[in-house]
Amino acid sequence: MSTITIQAFRPQRRDWRGWIFVGPFSLVFVIVFIVPLLYAIYLSCFQPMMAFGVSQGEQFVAFANYAKLFADPNFWSGVIGVTGFLLIQVPIMLLISMFLALALDSGRLRGASFFRVSVFLPYAIPAVVASLMWGFLYGTRYGVMASVNNMLGTSIDPLSSGLVWVGIGNIVTWEFIGYNMLIFYSSLKTVSASLYEAAAIDGAGEWDTIRAIKLPAIRGSMMIAVIFSIIGTFQLFNEPNVLQAMSGNVITTYFTPNFYAFHLAFSAHNPSYSASLAIVMGLFTVVVAYVVQLWGAKGGVK
Amino acid sequence: MTSTSTGKPGTASRRRVSYSHAKPRRSTGLTIVTALFVIYALAPLVWLFINATKTQHDYVSTFGFAFGNSFALFDNIAQTFAYRDGIFVRWFFNTLLYVVVGAGGATLLAVLGGYGLAKYRFPGRRGVIAVVMGAIAVPSTALTVPLFLMFSRIGIVNTPWAVIIPSLITPFGFYLMWVFSQEAVPDELIEAARVDGSSELGTFFRISLPLLAPGIVTVALFAIVATWNNYFLPLIMLTSEGWKPLTTGLNDIKLQTYSAAGGTEPLQNVILTGSLLTIIPLVIAFLFLQRYWQSGLAAGSVKE
Repeated sequence: MSTITIQAFRPQRRDWRGWIFVGPFSLVFVIVFIVPLLYAIYLSCFQPMMAFGVSQGEQFVAFANYAKLFADPNFWSGVIGVTGFLLIQVPIMLLISMFLALALDSGRLRGASFFRVSVFLPYAIPAVVASLMWGFLYGTRYGVMASVNNMLGTSIDPLSSGLVWVGIGNIVTWEFIGYNMLIFYSSLKTVSASLYEAAAIDGAGEWDTIRAIKLPAIRGSMMIAVIFSIIGTFQLFNEPNVLQAMSGNVITTYFTPNFYAFHLAFSAHNPSYSASLAIVMGLFTVVVAYVVQLWGAKGGVK
Repeated sequence: MTSTSTGKPGTASRRRVSYSHAKPRRSTGLTIVTALFVIYALAPLVWLFINATKTQHDYVSTFGFAFGNSFALFDNIAQTFAYRDGIFVRWFFNTLLYVVVGAGGATLLAVLGGYGLAKYRFPGRRGVIAVVMGAIAVPSTALTVPLFLMFSRIGIVNTPWAVIIPSLITPFGFYLMWVFSQEAVPDELIEAARVDGSSELGTFFRISLPLLAPGIVTVALFAIVATWNNYFLPLIMLTSEGWKPLTTGLNDIKLQTYSAAGGTEPLQNVILTGSLLTIIPLVIAFLFLQRYWQSGLAAGSVKE
């Protein structure tokens, strides 16, 4: 305790006590985030050597895996798939969520709390169970889709090659509408009542209030929802993986980038190539998320 | 709050002066539109329950949203539990193990870390914030393959550790606890405890922990759902049937019915009943603890 007098003269002494609390998290974080990340980068610079079907170890190839990846049509097919999904499914889902949040916040709903719980409930359902349920519902032999087709005289198959993305989009939308709705609703509830009172005194109608107060209030959480949706879309895996066997051969081994990475690592036994794909997609996600955030900060999203 | 109409009566009727938190009139039209989304959200779950009560024969011969000729729910549950010498029960306890140790540990680390970040200024603090916040945007699946290769080198693939260790980190939970601690625990309170001679950990457990309780429940809920529902991680890490959780186990039963060859065993009733049993604990936890979801989402959305 002889240091006390010295400390008194230092404007900012080094206080390490915070590490008592942050230390355990940081340690495990390094093990499960930082080390695998570095290992993936290291790994991506090698290539398995095969001779007569027998592994001969690994060979350093620098960035050859990346060059190969950028010329790989299977990779681009997956990227185009998830990008299209991102541009269509995510806006539909977020607009519905926003509409429902505004409806909930308007105070005009009957049974609002029942509504809120019901729409959020699918978030608690595992993607595996959600995909199994919807996969069965989509069934054109015994599923509800078969009954619908019978009734309408159509032959719609949501798991056929033309519609499989729509089928998956519906499942993802079902899972996350309520989650995003609650995020938006939470930020609407932080708007102070005095703001609404002031708007009412100015003679603002319902739509004016929505445009001038409520939509700006949602902005911050909209950024969060968009970024989480981008991350989720780029790593799309569970739903197509569960549906794969139910859809015949429509869902290929390179259906999404993550699907392809899984296939490369475990079926094609090329973990190095798989690691380079994972790194490219990880970087891509971070960059897109960052650009969206900048764009949002500049006022691109209303 | 009572008188909202300040204009002339004529204009008030055309452009009703109203704002949401006053006393809005219930709207039937809006209620009907939103009711459609309630149906959308609940219909598959209702369907799941109805079809878990059907025999295999009723499943293929009756309409999806109608009950079958016989009520076979209990037979189906018995069949699910008996499936492959009770492997489903084993999967259930595996899931429970991963949730208790994985999600429990994740919550503990996130609470300690978030609190430390909020209440202490220590060397390297900015670095921790930058790295962990950056990690929120990194798709965790991108790290799973390298993690698998690391784990297989040290020989823990195909053991519970391979699922538990990666589940211990939730950057989002860490962030929520950081935001939550800033407001829930006043600095003066910690300072007062220090003056009284309390150690840092002693202060945390006796003073701060009770104040953090609502945030802790929220983080725990998110961690529990994430662990209970995790699919990609156990799919990669575990090949032996005995350690699988419910999610990958259910998918295995599905592969018995639908394989590339077109399916060998018709086990829809087991898959559906197993699915129902898998979601029941979560649905119950969800309904009883829903206000905590709300507060967690609120904390996440307020701060950017």
